[in-house]
Amino acid sequence: MSDGSGPDGRGERLVGVVLVSHSAAVAASVAELARGLVGAGVTVPVAAAGGTESGELGTGAELIGAAARAVDRGAGIAVLADLGSAVLTVKALLAEGDELPDGTRLLDAPFVEGAVAAVVTASTGADLAAVEAAAAEAYTYRKV
Amino acid sequence: MLDADFFRRWMAATAVSVGHEAERLTALDSPIGDADHGSNLRRGFNAVADVVEKEAPDTPGAVLVLAGRQLISTVGGASGPLYGTLLRRTGKALGEAAEVSVEQFTDALRTGVDAVMALGGAAPGDKTMIDALVPAVDALADSFAAARTAAEQGALATVPLQAHKGRASYLGERSIGHQDPGATSAALLIAALAETAGE
Repeated sequence: MSDGSGPDGRGERLVGVVLVSHSAAVAASVAELARGLVGAGVTVPVAAAGGTESGELGTGAELIGAAARAVDRGAGIAVLADLGSAVLTVKALLAEGDELPDGTRLLDAPFVEGAVAAVVTASTGADLAAVEAAAAEAYTYRKV
Repeated sequence: MLDADFFRRWMAATAVSVGHEAERLTALDSPIGDADHGSNLRRGFNAVADVVEKEAPDTPGAVLVLAGRQLISTVGGASGPLYGTLLRRTGKALGEAAEVSVEQFTDALRTGVDAVMALGGAAPGDKTMIDALVPAVDALADSFAAARTAAEQGALATVPLQAHKGRASYLGERSIGHQDPGATSAALLIAALAETAGE
């Protein structure tokens, strides 16, 4: 975890990124991958919320809340989720109104590619809308 | 009129019923799901029964909002946010009244079911909990017993359906011939409601 200060030492606040997966290993690995693809000198606040609180496959609402609070720098929080209950739990928490910090948004994006796009874009000091657009654009990259 | 105690007893009765039926729910979830529905819901409704007894909310709406929030935070599978949303939205629709009529509850439950459909994107016939809940709400105008029967028939009617939502949908036609675990647990929730009402 970093202080989320921006590039060029200007101290601007960066968008935080939360990665929600059914698997703790997947969430942590995708977070590591995305961080690794960011240029040197910038540390984007990224947190993984994988698996359940008891360490099983599934979704942990408390873990998601804790991750969101950990990356909140006041510039908004981009949440990416993988399957079924991960997506539904984030949506249900957002619908609660007070469970996640203000400015938290679920991105409609592929999990791995979207996470890389979101973290790299956030590292430039871009705002939440730009991070969201970059992550969603990952859907348009065709592989065959 | 239905008071907070009625709704607390409904949640306790649901926890008992889900506990009794957990193995059957998990067995139903084995061929078409990931074999955790019974254990997930048992954990969730046990936590609901505990927190509702401990905090003893004093309005029907507060009981269901607390129950829904607890399900979202303890279940760990898709049934958590889905049942959580059902109870929480139903509770919010009941407002802060100390007692509610059956008609008010029916309207609120319909709001909750609509919220579940919006969250999960499922419609009737998709082989989900909605296939038990929608007929139950429709029958609630007649009686709690009629709602229970409608929910149980709705769950049975999922057997020939092909799943269009959730993990079971990946199985395509192979999901046909299995009763949906979510519709089955939804029927338990409604049966516990009828039992609480003494019907």
